[in-house]
Amino acid sequence: MWYKLLQAIKKEFLLLKRDIGGLITLFVMPIVLVITVTLIQDSAFQVVSETKIPVLVVDNDNNEISKAIHSQLQETGSLEIINQIDDQTVTEEMAKNAVFKGKYQFAIVIPKDLSKDLNKKVSQNVDQILGEFGLETDSTQTVIEDIPSKEIKLYFDPATQATFKNGIINAIDKMVAQIETKAIYSTFEDQMGSEISLNSNDKFISFKEIVPNLENDAVPNSVQHNVPAWTLFAIFFIIVPLSINLVKEKNQGTYVRLITNPTPNILLILGKTATYLIICLIQFYLILAVALYLFPQMGLPQINVDGKLINLSILTLFAGLAAIGLGILLGTIAKTQEQAAPFGSTFVVILAALGGVWIPVFAMPTVMQFISKISPMNWALNGYYDIMLRNGGIKDIFPEILSLFLFFSLMLAIALIYDKKKRFV
Amino acid sequence: MKAIIKIDNLYKKYKNADFFSVQDLSLQINQGEIYGLLGPNGAGKTTLISMLCGLIMPTTGTFLIDGLSFDKNSQQIKKFIGVVPQEYALYPTLTAFENLVYFGSMYGLKGTELKSKINILLERLGLLPFAHKRIETFSGGMKRRINLIAGLLHQPKILFLDEPTVGVDVQSRNVIIEFLKELNASGTTIIYTSHHLVEAADLCTQIAIIDQGKIFISGTPSDLVNQTEGAKDLEDVFLALTGNQLRDVV
Repeated sequence: MWYKLLQAIKKEFLLLKRDIGGLITLFVMPIVLVITVTLIQDSAFQVVSETKIPVLVVDNDNNEISKAIHSQLQETGSLEIINQIDDQTVTEEMAKNAVFKGKYQFAIVIPKDLSKDLNKKVSQNVDQILGEFGLETDSTQTVIEDIPSKEIKLYFDPATQATFKNGIINAIDKMVAQIETKAIYSTFEDQMGSEISLNSNDKFISFKEIVPNLENDAVPNSVQHNVPAWTLFAIFFIIVPLSINLVKEKNQGTYVRLITNPTPNILLILGKTATYLIICLIQFYLILAVALYLFPQMGLPQINVDGKLINLSILTLFAGLAAIGLGILLGTIAKTQEQAAPFGSTFVVILAALGGVWIPVFAMPTVMQFISKISPMNWALNGYYDIMLRNGGIKDIFPEILSLFLFFSLMLAIALIYDKKKRFV
Repeated sequence: MKAIIKIDNLYKKYKNADFFSVQDLSLQINQGEIYGLLGPNGAGKTTLISMLCGLIMPTTGTFLIDGLSFDKNSQQIKKFIGVVPQEYALYPTLTAFENLVYFGSMYGLKGTELKSKINILLERLGLLPFAHKRIETFSGGMKRRINLIAGLLHQPKILFLDEPTVGVDVQSRNVIIEFLKELNASGTTIIYTSHHLVEAADLCTQIAIIDQGKIFISGTPSDLVNQTEGAKDLEDVFLALTGNQLRDVV
């Protein structure tokens, strides 16, 4: 039995060794994928700080508030303020057209009399408040003017991603709130004749991120988020070469030879399982090596796997088993390589999307959150995060590895039953 | 003579098929025979061989291989039957030697015993100089010969051959036919399907002509010619029984 199993594994490795395209798919592409995605995701933050995004500003106020907005936008360092297009001062209509045509990401339109009306409104409110405290005697006699609320308009390129758009809206909202607060403080100071500056820029409330159980107090970085997710994506991609391998055996006729010899079918499948499990582990260690040694050279943050390698390897084995189970089932059902390859790759992309590789599960609609729970990639990803980001041990990932093993067993059982049934009809 | 294969009222209908691929087929093949199953395309030859090898299950009916039924003794039967499928059932990117080592090891053969068997058979079929060349570089005739070797490394008692000489040159065919005769002389029972009637007449000790899943006639090649009115050879017998119409199957 062991001899036959070893021969089956040897044969699979020989087949792989001579399939250059397959080797590239299995080992080179995942590394390229992880490097590319990590670079893109890591630089997404840097893009905001290093590369300036041009923003059209239509200033109909031309006063202190619009100047404050200008200076705050400039202070971000990530925005390049544009007031003129082709030597013409930007109007709202020009800004709208330029943004909607995709020439600019977004435009800000500052309304007319914003400074004047804001100061008037704040002053009116402060007068009222002080009047109630008896500090401003003639407040009751002041005629309350109806000042309409002001609107800063934002135009976004329809192709702008929602996350970027939300980020800009939040930043501008915060900026406006600060300007309003500053105006209120200044008015109070003026009205009360105070010599103490109330308008301090020092924040009373600040944030501190608390990281769970990290001995070296390291904050999880983009690499620690990306490497597990995309390693998993690569591991699951083995369902494509594995299913093609099975389909080829059926079409070449070697499958007929194999099932007419006295070696049980399960042993042949175990041969493939063992081979592809070794491949999964090699993929994982290769990607890990890239993250450990190459990423720092590329200016990316280093991954921290101290004391976690054994647990990560165990989880990788079970994630690999789940992928192999799926590959065996697909290879058993598919009749041609043309069926197996596109279906396999598309299915992996769907599993990755459901698993939270691209969008976190909590950000998905409720229905999708429920569906994501049945994605083996989600179980494995949670397991990786448990180990790498939550410092979990083998006990913490036990539910995940059990689910992955049950998934493998289920896929294998369906494949064997399907194959047997097909021969009975 | 001892019956090594005994088939009783065998029927096979594939799922969603409108007709039986094999129907009411009863047959006895004796030990030491070279039994030819001849018939036009879609006659049911491959379906019959596939059932006898345990690849597919019959719809109804029974058959025994050396007194054993596949239902209960599949692993035991598989040890003494050899199968040479119609396709080149080989891994194209592996060498001839690697293919044979792998298929031989699946029968439990190992070490020097396996290597020596491979070398003897490669030598006998004129392929030893190409042992370490990849199958994908072989001609059709060479592939057929390796295909044959892969099916008999374990020295099977019964050898099933599904059109073993299709698409090969005359030289390769002669080598294969002579080798099969030697194999039979050493005690191997051979069940063989072909469209090549001259080859079948030369090789087979018994022949059954099958069409529409049924056996029309069986006997020695000379018996079949004698029994068919106006027939001078096996081709006349074949056409007299199966007709001249085309048998395109999809």
